[in-house]
Amino acid sequence: MKVKMLSRNPDNYVRETKLDLQRVPRNYDPTLHPFEVPREYVRALNATKLERVFAKPFLASLDGHRDGVNCLAKHPKNLATILSGACDGEVRIWNLTQRNCIRTIQAHEGFVRGICTRFCGTSFFTVGDDKTVKQWKMDGPGYGEEEEPLHTILGKTVYTGIDHHWKEAVFATCGQQVDIWDEQRTNPICSMTWGFDSISSVKFNPVETFLLGSCASDRNIVLYDMRQATPLKKVILDMRTNTICWNPMEAFIFTAANEDYNLYTFDMRALDTPVMVHMDHVSAVLDVDYSPTGKEFVSASFNKSIRIFPVDKSRSREVYHTKRMQHVICVKWTSDSKYIMCGSDEMNIRLWKANASEKLGVLTSREKAAKDYNQKLKEKFQHYPHIKRIARHRHLPKSIYSQIQEQRIMKEARRRKEVNRIKHSKPGSVPIVSEKKKHIVAVVK
Amino acid sequence: MTANRLAESLLALSQQEELVDLPKDYLLSGSEDEGDNDGEREHQKLLEAISSLDGKNRRKLAERSEASLKVSEFNVSSEGSGEKLVLADLLEPVKTSSSLATVKKQLNRVKSKKTVELPLNKEEIERIHREVAFNKTAKVLSKWDPVVLKNRQAEQLVFPLEKEEPAIAPIEHVLSGWKARTPLEQEIFNLLHKNKQPVADPLLTPVEKASLQAMSLEEAKMRRAELQRARALQSYYEAKARREKKIKSKKYHKVVKKGKAKKALKEFEQLRKVNPAAALEELEKIEKARMMERMSLKHQNSGKWAKSKAIMAKYDLEARQAMQEQLAKNKELTQKLQVASESEEEEGGTEEKVEELLVPDVVNEVQMNADGPNPWMLRSCTSDTKEAATQEDPEQLPEPEAHEVSESEGEDRPVAEEEILLREFEERRSLRKRSELSQDAEPAGSQETKDSSSQEVLSELRVLSQKLKENDQSRKQKASSEGTIPQVQREEPATEEEEPLLLQRPERVQTLEELEELGKEECFQNKELSRPVLEGQQSERTPNNRPDAPKKKKKEQMIDLQNLLTTQSPSVKSLAVPTIEELEDEEERNQRQMIKEAFAGDDVIRDFLKEKREAVEASKPKDVDLTLPGWGEWGGVGLKPSAKKRRRFLIKAPEGPPRKDKNLPNVIINEKRNIHTAAHQVRVLPYPFTHHWQFERTIQTPIGSTWNTQRAFQKLTTPKVVTKPGHIINPIKAEDVGYRSSSRSDLSVIQRNPKRITTRHKKQLKKSSVD
Repeated sequence: MKVKMLSRNPDNYVRETKLDLQRVPRNYDPTLHPFEVPREYVRALNATKLERVFAKPFLASLDGHRDGVNCLAKHPKNLATILSGACDGEVRIWNLTQRNCIRTIQAHEGFVRGICTRFCGTSFFTVGDDKTVKQWKMDGPGYGEEEEPLHTILGKTVYTGIDHHWKEAVFATCGQQVDIWDEQRTNPICSMTWGFDSISSVKFNPVETFLLGSCASDRNIVLYDMRQATPLKKVILDMRTNTICWNPMEAFIFTAANEDYNLYTFDMRALDTPVMVHMDHVSAVLDVDYSPTGKEFVSASFNKSIRIFPVDKSRSREVYHTKRMQHVICVKWTSDSKYIMCGSDEMNIRLWKANASEKLGVLTSREKAAKDYNQKLKEKFQHYPHIKRIARHRHLPKSIYSQIQEQRIMKEARRRKEVNRIKHSKPGSVPIVSEKKKHIVAVVK
Repeated sequence: MTANRLAESLLALSQQEELVDLPKDYLLSGSEDEGDNDGEREHQKLLEAISSLDGKNRRKLAERSEASLKVSEFNVSSEGSGEKLVLADLLEPVKTSSSLATVKKQLNRVKSKKTVELPLNKEEIERIHREVAFNKTAKVLSKWDPVVLKNRQAEQLVFPLEKEEPAIAPIEHVLSGWKARTPLEQEIFNLLHKNKQPVADPLLTPVEKASLQAMSLEEAKMRRAELQRARALQSYYEAKARREKKIKSKKYHKVVKKGKAKKALKEFEQLRKVNPAAALEELEKIEKARMMERMSLKHQNSGKWAKSKAIMAKYDLEARQAMQEQLAKNKELTQKLQVASESEEEEGGTEEKVEELLVPDVVNEVQMNADGPNPWMLRSCTSDTKEAATQEDPEQLPEPEAHEVSESEGEDRPVAEEEILLREFEERRSLRKRSELSQDAEPAGSQETKDSSSQEVLSELRVLSQKLKENDQSRKQKASSEGTIPQVQREEPATEEEEPLLLQRPERVQTLEELEELGKEECFQNKELSRPVLEGQQSERTPNNRPDAPKKKKKEQMIDLQNLLTTQSPSVKSLAVPTIEELEDEEERNQRQMIKEAFAGDDVIRDFLKEKREAVEASKPKDVDLTLPGWGEWGGVGLKPSAKKRRRFLIKAPEGPPRKDKNLPNVIINEKRNIHTAAHQVRVLPYPFTHHWQFERTIQTPIGSTWNTQRAFQKLTTPKVVTKPGHIINPIKAEDVGYRSSSRSDLSVIQRNPKRITTRHKKQLKKSSVD
């Protein structure tokens, strides 16, 4: 005889502790859950739309400077502290959580050209138009003490930039030449030149710390080796490079912000062809900074906007602008890779989210799971025209928009002309130059 | 080009070096000459005077009449001798001396080489330095290549990269800052101190330390050797075990297992003699294992594997054997051990027998058939078939049968009926086998027939089992114990009639006609496909009246397409008295009736067919008629262009390709591009994909938790980059990825490397140029 009865095993539905997840029996039979692709497509579409709805990247504006912000620096040990130098020689230290200025120093006469922090976070260095390099303590002076630099070095020429070594008590300045200083001495321990033009910025490699990169006003980027006390190689581009930034996760990759509206990512071992040309700006790119994850970088442009580029893409994934933001001179990505700061002409420092639609604060596990799922869906269906259109749509100020249009036309015309030239000349006489190689004038050994 | 230059520079350097050596030798020879310089001159004069005395060989002396340009202290004129001056001549004394030979050799060597080139200019040197330095740096950087590649391809990167290890202070450090305060603590500490128990870092008492130190060298050596031996032995043993584990031969393992079992048994015997208490324990263990086995379903042929084998067993001898083997194993495992003392055994034996008599064991049911389990019986009929089987081989199991006989006489008849059914089944199977053979002879359509035959088998089995079940149920009901058989017989034809009636309805036939219009071949195909199934069903329903079947069958064949379209295949109705299932069926029927009533008005099928016909018409290419009425002939109301003209100007559209849904009766495939769906379709293959099916596959695999288990969902939705909020992400370090970072600091290197060229650089240069 067949006996039918209900069988219930408490193991199948009772939690062991109340912290466990509820056991929910589920039937994954595909016939019970039909139309998986259309349903996921709709979910992806909704996720994309919601992303655009929640894209509110602007967080705060730090005002207090009385002239344009010329340089920014991050505190290496403290996420909430940033330093900024202005065009009137004033240096301010800010607290990002409270969004206020915690210290003001009149550091130089004229511009503060460069600012950098020591790797331990106890002091910072500034260079200015008054031909001095000054070292300051990070903590403010005690009651009744004068605000004075720890050291002051008087130089012969103007220093235009400064960067500190990532591990040792060494810093590098640039101007007429690249000088490498020991913190304890008043003379550079080594100075390197190649060419005669003034050098606008110098950056230490964060991974292989003995490497330096600099860019000069004679359109070139020069790499130096601090240990062997010699320049390594020089690449000459079409136009002047304003600054470079090394990838913190990939020792040989750096990105150069150029005057010709583009950014060039180079592998320093093969300078004759950039790895990627990033083009979306419509005016000179003034500053660039890598995300600490090394997957993206942010660039500041003269056209009053900042853009975020993935390292391996030639087009930007995001553009930030506000009505009041003028020419952006400096930009930094915070060390937790969540925020972006930019300093601009109109005396403000702005704080942005690196991920425009990201929810701030602690997420519950369900929120996190939903976020990840939505992200994956967006990735999965990103090639679908409807979704692509929504994901790519950005509102731009009219000036930028019209400039983009104009430049598109110019580019198309140039391309057409080139095609015509190739078509109407003897085969092989007009070489076809790829977009990557087009902007490289020469590599000098 | 550069290599050439490098080589040149090298050459220059080496020459310089040689030049440096040379002067030394010169000096040596010079000092040798110096000593007898004056004496030689006088000797020379003397010689000349003597030679001038001799008339024949007088040499013409060069006369200097006037001052000439040729005479100078710098230039040695060779005019007098009338031959070219050779450098070696100047050095040659009158008598050859051995000391000058070396000098000559050196001179020759110098002459054979070219002149020294100018040293390279500063720019060139710097360039070479830069190049060397660049190559060196590139080499240093290339160690990052694998790391970078790995990070780029990583599924997930978690930042910050360096792991923060929780700082756990050792207990000694914690203790050092703590002091005993309470009297109890102090007492304890006093005790500890008295015993010289260590409180600080090396947790060794002085005695231990002493003993450690006391171990002599020889002792230590011996101990080490011992340890080494032990380790070696262990490794041998491990290797052996590994090797044995790798052996794939089933036979080998069987032999090993048997050997082990034998050994265990022997041990057990021995244990029984030596230590009866332990033996008892052992016995209990064995008994427990047997109980476990009996409780479990492990070798009962009820698992997935066994079920699959049971299906295969009919065709596959091996599968049958495997099943039998498993059952034998079960038997073996569940067998009672015959080792207990004789008196006990007797008692137990009788008890067992009684038990068996009382309860025909369900668990051991399978093993009762000594001739091996019959997969059919196993699968289709459960407890009922057992009884039937016992009927079939009565001599094997006399006791249960006798028991049953004693139980009730009324059961006799149903049992007999079962026997009849079984026999019928056997007959049919043999018949089918024959028919299969004949079908196999046919080359075409063998696949279909096979399918159908298997379906037949299945359906037959189902019916049979159901019948058996119902009979069983009917037997249980006392009231109807007598009248069941006639009732069944009465019921059978009734159901038969019912179903065809259900199937044949006038409107359905009409729709069929429409379908036939659409396309005839597919109908035939479908019919052919479905016919065997239906045949099977029918043959069960009408086992006796086969001859008068064909007429009905034909009609049903005509209708079966409708069956496919609308109703599910008619389920076999139960035959006997109404049971619970019957009631459920009735409910279902009611439900269906209600639905039918509710949607009485709309005939979905007809609408669909109409729609499809329209779609087919619309998609057909149209003829183009270019006739102009009244052109070249009379025109006006009521006048039509001539047929000839019309024929001439009619452009016939070419026959389009066959529609994709031509052979699919219940599908309309729209072959035109739909702009509404096009907005949601990808037009070009996206970048990383090389083929469209790759892309389609990625799209088709769902990632949501609706379709995936929790774990799979988590795995599928792992984000590429994970960052911890509020944590500083430092640049990658050599230590993070397992490289040794350079021990020298950059600063120290600089200070040893001033700007000017050092000897080290020179060496590097040379090396690189040699390379």
